Amino acid sequence: MGGEGRRRETGVVIVLLRQPTREVTVDGVRTVNHLLDQLDLNRESFLVIRNGTLVPGDGRLDDDDTIEIRPVISGG
Amino acid sequence: MNFSKCRVCGERAIIDLPRHNANFCAEHLQQLCRRQVEKAIADHDMLSKEDRILVAVSGGKDSLAVWDILLELGYAADGLYIGLGIGEYSDVSGEYARAFADERGLTLHTIDLRGEYGYDVPTAAKVTKRVPCSACGLSKRHLFDKAALDGGYDVVVTGHNLDDEAAVLFGNTLRWDVEYLARQHPVLPARNGFPKKVKPLVRLTEREMAAWCIVRGIDYQVEECPMAVGNKHLAYKQALNSIERESPGSKSAFYLEFVDKMSPILSGLNQAAAGALRECVECGSPTTAETCAFCRLHDRVGGHEPVPVEMVLSKKARKAYLAAQAVGQSA
Repeated sequence: MGGEGRRRETGVVIVLLRQPTREVTVDGVRTVNHLLDQLDLNRESFLVIRNGTLVPGDGRLDDDDTIEIRPVISGG
Repeated sequence: MNFSKCRVCGERAIIDLPRHNANFCAEHLQQLCRRQVEKAIADHDMLSKEDRILVAVSGGKDSLAVWDILLELGYAADGLYIGLGIGEYSDVSGEYARAFADERGLTLHTIDLRGEYGYDVPTAAKVTKRVPCSACGLSKRHLFDKAALDGGYDVVVTGHNLDDEAAVLFGNTLRWDVEYLARQHPVLPARNGFPKKVKPLVRLTEREMAAWCIVRGIDYQVEECPMAVGNKHLAYKQALNSIERESPGSKSAFYLEFVDKMSPILSGLNQAAAGALRECVECGSPTTAETCAFCRLHDRVGGHEPVPVEMVLSKKARKAYLAAQAVGQSA
């Protein structure tokens, strides 16, 4: 993963995570599943959203995409 | 650009559902969700269109989704939101519930625990020295039952989903708590001063419910209850999702086959265990003791000096809470 910060670097995907809310950057183009694996996140426990729309596991991510990885598991 | 296609119509898919071995577009994800709810309702005789339905609403994805789906399927339903007094988390959850109801012209009743009963969940946790989930669940169950009976509702609907039920089943199975296993079912029939209670989402996962809300444009509270962080229920869900990842469909088989094959075998225990119920001397609700558990809790903690959330968090929960606060302050 690259460094975080508001200044956008080209060729990276910006990822918004929760619990706690934070941003990380990931190099290069990946599929959603590839990204979740890289971040060690179980695909059963998350949804991935880009520009307000869901992206499926085999969906490709482009350089400079900003996406949200949203946790879906609630504590009871 | 290549994209994966919806199994039903071939249009661009927005979600993969490994347990169905397929991808779906927004329209057919909704169709799948509606059909699974219809099947749950039909299989377990949960609801009829003539029923007066009260939905337990928290402002989270599941309760808003079940309310939305029931309305889509032609059921009429009111909501009830309970303000549990868990700091900002509760304030925000109430806003989501209210916004959902107002946008659709729906009836949303509200009960404020502190305002009407003189306590909240963090205070109850501190005074009773028990995990907050204990006082929370006890209070919610009592108040939903009471509201349903007072309001003339035939049935209470909750947003418990497949992940919730599988996790509860998992915990009860690890301990072989046969009494609880015998009581776990998608429908609790009305009896002795308790309303009928049903769980229409038991065939759907949390991921599917979150997706429903997103494709339907339903804003819901994504943040987790600060008191739930690190609890056993979450650990069970994570364990089951690890299994599900390797073997899609496991959660569904575990829970639905339990209901189908084991519940009938265990139901005999339920009859045997049902003790003599009488009316609580304080509130009149059914109880095996002289005073019901809710009134005992209320008597003990009502009027106590309010305790802030951060004073009753577990170590793990406190760490997460402080991290979230730091993010909020730097934003």
